[in-house]
Amino acid sequence: MPGNELVQGLGLDDYKFGFVTDSEPVFRSRQGLDEDIVRQISARKDEPEWMLARRLKALRIYESKPMPQWGGDLSELQETLNETYFYVRPQEQMERSWDDVPDNIKETFERLGIPEAERKILAGVGAQYDSEMVYHSLKEEWESKGVIFDSIEDGLKNHPELFRQHFGTVIPAADNKFAALNSAVWSGGSFVYIPPGVELKTPLQAYFRVNQERLGQFERTLIIAGEGSRAHYIEGCTAPVYSTDSFHSGVIEIIVNRDARFRYTTIQNWSNNMYNLVTQRALVHQGAHMEWLDGNLGSKLTMKYPSCYLMGEGAHGDILSIAYAGDSQHQDTGGKVIHVAPNTTSSIVSKSISKGTGRSSYRGLCKVYDGATNARSNVECDALLINETSRTDTFPYIEIDEKSATVGHEATVSKVGDEQLFYLMSRGMDEAEAMALIVRGFIEPIAKELPLEYAVELNRLIELEMEGSVG
Amino acid sequence: MDDTPILAVTGLRARVPGVDLDILKGVDLAIRPGEIHAIMGPNGSGKSTLAKVIAGHPAYEPTDGSIDLRGEDLLEMEPDERAQAGVFMAFQYPVEIPGVSIANFLRTALQARLENGDELDLFDFQELLMERMELLDMDVAFAQRPVNDGFSGGEKKRNEILQMAVLKPSLAVMDETDSGLDIDALKIVSNGVNTLKRENPEMSVLLITHYQRILDHIVPDVVHVMVGGRIVESGGPEVALELEARGYEEYRNVHVA
Repeated sequence: MPGNELVQGLGLDDYKFGFVTDSEPVFRSRQGLDEDIVRQISARKDEPEWMLARRLKALRIYESKPMPQWGGDLSELQETLNETYFYVRPQEQMERSWDDVPDNIKETFERLGIPEAERKILAGVGAQYDSEMVYHSLKEEWESKGVIFDSIEDGLKNHPELFRQHFGTVIPAADNKFAALNSAVWSGGSFVYIPPGVELKTPLQAYFRVNQERLGQFERTLIIAGEGSRAHYIEGCTAPVYSTDSFHSGVIEIIVNRDARFRYTTIQNWSNNMYNLVTQRALVHQGAHMEWLDGNLGSKLTMKYPSCYLMGEGAHGDILSIAYAGDSQHQDTGGKVIHVAPNTTSSIVSKSISKGTGRSSYRGLCKVYDGATNARSNVECDALLINETSRTDTFPYIEIDEKSATVGHEATVSKVGDEQLFYLMSRGMDEAEAMALIVRGFIEPIAKELPLEYAVELNRLIELEMEGSVG
Repeated sequence: MDDTPILAVTGLRARVPGVDLDILKGVDLAIRPGEIHAIMGPNGSGKSTLAKVIAGHPAYEPTDGSIDLRGEDLLEMEPDERAQAGVFMAFQYPVEIPGVSIANFLRTALQARLENGDELDLFDFQELLMERMELLDMDVAFAQRPVNDGFSGGEKKRNEILQMAVLKPSLAVMDETDSGLDIDALKIVSNGVNTLKRENPEMSVLLITHYQRILDHIVPDVVHVMVGGRIVESGGPEVALELEARGYEEYRNVHVA
């Protein structure tokens, strides 16, 4: 079927969301990484001695570990790392105004239907009165309940004992090369503490944090959910994360204490020159529930496998993930569930969409230790291929040392068929609308778990992407 | 009634791309507003191909002749443009669209008909959908189910009829909608078509069928017999009855001769 002319003007082949501003950072380390730079970072943040020691130790681990030989193609990464500025401290005061934001970016925000307040933050204009109002009323609620929701730096400063007790306990520096790198140079991220028994109805959203540093290259987040607490944390959104950086390596540590329920949602859309290598893991204690809802769009290569370590009896872990691989992008994503205790249960539902020359891989691990009696796990991964050139692979690793465990795995691959497209077009939709509707239906089981405004954004984003798939 | 045909098919030839053999070998057909035409024919006669070529199915390539819809060249239009011009095809095998509710599907189809920038009013749409479902005596919960996903044969046909009722075509092409249906499902289809026809007498219907029995329920103005990619006989409803009695054999012989 012939192409759709109207899509050409959107420049979907370029990273249409990217824009650059002239703001000068107040401090920038030189390119590359060594001990001096790590010391500078720690000094700039006015950190206690123990943290500097941790950072330096992590640097040595990073240097000693070889580049991973699995997952995506990292052969050109070292070159990128050599050119990376490992620490850039942005200006304290954002001096840009909304009027300086390019029209095409405003238009993209408009088309994505992003709320006004959020747009301004995304555009680096800083928090706006509207969102401050919202933030303040929420903040009062949080404070009255003893909830801590700070930047990671303030967490370390203001709650040193709590911080030190948990930092690096879920993902030690030695876990993998990039966890080590993050542990050496981390900057930015959130520190969250929910006291026992506290239930938060409104999600904690990272963009409500006023004066936040923009999501850093080496963001570090530490979350402690107290016994019996309930909360939902949302990082990022479907709007594009603008960054000139070509490397992002975050570490997210979550501790879900006994009988607590915690959900962590990230939907991120990176510029397509980006290596996105993230370690995110939750320790889930007795009777507790952890849920990862993870959406990955954009980037050159994403390697990201949210994990649940089910440490206590009856712990439950859910991992829902959506990956969207456009032209020349590789999404190597999935999830890991580790059953350590009896009667633990888990579920992984992974959906990927590959368009053009995009490639998506599901990579997952289900491990059941001896003694985790009656553990149950179910994995479902579904891939949707938009074009003949799109690719998908599945790498499900299953290691079971316990006889009474039940583990299920189901994988499907579907292609958007001519019959499907014709059916929809014969009802009056053009090809792009038809494609977008099929994709929306495909991710619906996950999208329906998102807060409404995120689901709406995700749908619009997919419509924009699909407009470019035709022709 | 207006005597200008809404649909005029002239000398139409069509094939599967890459296969050097026409399936349609010169079809002529004219349907006037409000008329019900039935095309009957044995398997492989090309009757279903004709329906698909009218709707613009990409698996078929017209090689000669023309199809005009109210004087517009249908063959120059994309399938979605044909739909927007008033053509609706009820599928023989409707496909599944997992995760997309019938309501959402229809809303998207109606939204697509609006000018760029216009938004379909959700309340208006809900009202329309409810009214249409009521007209067809359908349970409103049906519209919340994902399109054809896990549907029985009868439910799929019901869905086609509902879509037709919402989209209100001026030409409905029923592609062997009756094949494989039990008597109850057959009634759903024929009652649906008759209801919509009563509501809009100007709607034309092209009914492609292998069997005479649906013509007991939807009474055609004209019956065509198609054999070997051509229409070999046209007449009133009596043609269908004769066919029922004698079968297609004699036409085959005529055709070969």
